Amino acid sequence: MSKSYFDETHCAFGHPKSTFMQWMLTIDHKRIGIMYAVVMFTFFFVAVAAALTMRFELFAPGQQFIDAHTFNQAFTLHGVIMVFLFIIPGIPAVFGNIVMPLMIGAKDVSFPRLNWFTFWLYIIGCIVALSSLFNFNIADGKLVFNFADTGWTFYAPYSLNTDTNVVTTLVAAFILGMASILTGLNFLVTIHRLRAPGMDFFKMPLFVWGIYATAWIQLLATPVVGITLVLALLEKYFGIGIFDPAKGGDPVLFQHLFWIYSHPAVYLMILPAFGIMSELMPAFSRREIFGYRTIALSSASIAGVGYLVWGHHLFTSGMSDTAKTIFSFLTFFVAIPTGIKFYDWVATMYKGKIVFSTPMLWALGTMITFAIGGLSGVTIAMIGSDIHLQDTYYTIAHFHYAMLGGVVFLFFAGIHYWFPLVFGKMYSEAKAKLAFYILFVGFNLLWFPMFIAGYLGMPRRYFDYLPEFQIYHQISFWGAIIFVTGLIFMFYVLIQGIRKGKPSGVNPWNATTLEWHLPSSPPPLENHTKVPYVDFRPYEYHHGQPVVKFDENMKRID
Amino acid sequence: MAHDSHDSHEYIPEIAVDRNGKEHVVQGWQGDTYGGKLGFWLFMLTEVMMFGSMFMVLSYYFTLHHQDFINASAGLDRVLGGINTVVLLISALTMGLGLLRMRSGDVKGAKLMIWATMLLALIFLGVKAVEWTNDYKEGIFLGLQALQSGNEHSLPFGEILYFGMYFTMTGLHGFHIIIGIGLMLWLLKRINSGKVTPEHNILHFNIALYWDLVHLIWVFVFPYFYMIGAGGAIHG
Repeated sequence: MSKSYFDETHCAFGHPKSTFMQWMLTIDHKRIGIMYAVVMFTFFFVAVAAALTMRFELFAPGQQFIDAHTFNQAFTLHGVIMVFLFIIPGIPAVFGNIVMPLMIGAKDVSFPRLNWFTFWLYIIGCIVALSSLFNFNIADGKLVFNFADTGWTFYAPYSLNTDTNVVTTLVAAFILGMASILTGLNFLVTIHRLRAPGMDFFKMPLFVWGIYATAWIQLLATPVVGITLVLALLEKYFGIGIFDPAKGGDPVLFQHLFWIYSHPAVYLMILPAFGIMSELMPAFSRREIFGYRTIALSSASIAGVGYLVWGHHLFTSGMSDTAKTIFSFLTFFVAIPTGIKFYDWVATMYKGKIVFSTPMLWALGTMITFAIGGLSGVTIAMIGSDIHLQDTYYTIAHFHYAMLGGVVFLFFAGIHYWFPLVFGKMYSEAKAKLAFYILFVGFNLLWFPMFIAGYLGMPRRYFDYLPEFQIYHQISFWGAIIFVTGLIFMFYVLIQGIRKGKPSGVNPWNATTLEWHLPSSPPPLENHTKVPYVDFRPYEYHHGQPVVKFDENMKRID
Repeated sequence: MAHDSHDSHEYIPEIAVDRNGKEHVVQGWQGDTYGGKLGFWLFMLTEVMMFGSMFMVLSYYFTLHHQDFINASAGLDRVLGGINTVVLLISALTMGLGLLRMRSGDVKGAKLMIWATMLLALIFLGVKAVEWTNDYKEGIFLGLQALQSGNEHSLPFGEILYFGMYFTMTGLHGFHIIIGIGLMLWLLKRINSGKVTPEHNILHFNIALYWDLVHLIWVFVFPYFYMIGAGGAIHG
């Protein structure tokens, strides 16, 4: 029995004997990816709990369980965790770490020690972010939390005036931003330097392209929000004046600086998810991907155009009509490369031998939910309709269809796809498929009514509402219950898979990319026994069978 | 793999063989000098984006409050600021010379140049401290009444914003100087323990690159803050 990366590891320093310390100090990209996943999904459930609390409160008009102030803190907690702790590190931190080096035939990322440091920077950021949760007191027999109540966007001037603990949240976002920058930097150098011989950029798997485009956004956009948060802190505690109207400062400038990062950030979230989709389509259609180059280049152009569209968050904040028009049109342009990808994926399936495994079900489900999320985005990119729909449940539904129904669903698809790679075992496919159907139904029941409620004028972030919106909130509530049930069931199935799953073998899906050509399952510490010479395209199928085959020394034998 | 955890970072070069039997060297992450340089250049890009956004804020308010900015700038000490500019430019030279010495094998000379750079950096910080103290004595500092709104000492809006950005940006630049001194001390330690050698000088290269960026930022900070008011205050 060969040793896997679970049995041995390299450490950042020292040679600890205990398994626990070996995990804490590991520089192995696969172990670091797993640790990211564990921490991220723990926080994911905390944020889900915060959201569920809000749904309970909104079941009927008026106050039931929590007061208005706590409600503000609940959506801030939900937003901060989901955005900064979960979805921004998200797919790059987990699968960028675990799979990307395997896909390009590397032994590890370019700077493994920096990777270890980045992980711990992320942990410090998480601790700082949540530290103010434990800063509460009891007044009149009620818990009073001190957590920030600004929403995850920290808009000035409210964030500068509130008495709650905005400082820890801002500092945490800055630290998490630094972790994100360093991850991106590490991946950029890895992709530039450590590709297997012969693998040029257009022979890379498309997930690597997604990670590459993402890494550029992480690197170039994150410093802008970092310095914005520092400026907000200086404003709050030293009064430098730049966001304070009382000193001639401009609060809208904060919004500009914030969204210069935070809009590209949503492409930072979706591009690796699109990368996962581009892996799944050929693997489960048993067919070479349609339009490889257009998908690769559309990732790059989404990253590029995505920089220039931030102004669409400010249509109602006070901007010149010229600027609004330009931002509106630039936003439409993002839909073009995204549409190209969609058509390419559909064309890949055409005449393919489609296998309805769990990852493929997730991918197909995402095609529906993300199409709704993406196209509803185009409707609010129009200035006229945005004036009506900005800050309503319509926008919230759009965002969650795109992020939850796009990024997180594809994240789940990736989890089901690479699960046998990471653990060498297989979960119960029947149960996993059932979990997908529960989640898919719950998801649509939860979010679709919000499109209607928002269109009719239900504003977001409100603790109370008019009686006519009750029906939409109640449908959403039951959707949320189904969704959370599905989540718990899905993770139960996966954990059962880790504990009792049958050995999967190295290539259970008949996929073509290099991460499925490892010598053993789960993979050994330093990945491929030998690095292959890559003179083939990533998804070569012939009559539904992979074309490229290797011997045990990674020499081509087909 | 063949090597155990004791030699975890020892690089074993590998060869990939293509179908024609031709051999190709595989690039590993170990000892990848080019990768180390690339990574640090990318990191410098993040610094550029960070200071770039602050310059954007600065130029936005400069267009809004043109006259106030010039008036506020007229009050700065151009002699001290100018001396600091020269000091920092010379320190960039000594840093570069140190790297050249290191490459040519003169480790002792390289260390001398790093010490010289550090000394100049300390002089820069000292002059900066004198400047800030003088500002404070004149009643201009973050938190003082002149930079608050709505009292009898309040400066005009544009001047409040100017000084807000002045203390933020020169402060963050000074912070980078302090980090730079820390990096140089670390570099000296690595040279003394034989980890940085004339053949393996990537750390020295990257710290020199960092120092170049720090002085380059100052080259933009100086005219933006000190020189726009060199013609004196304007009234009208």
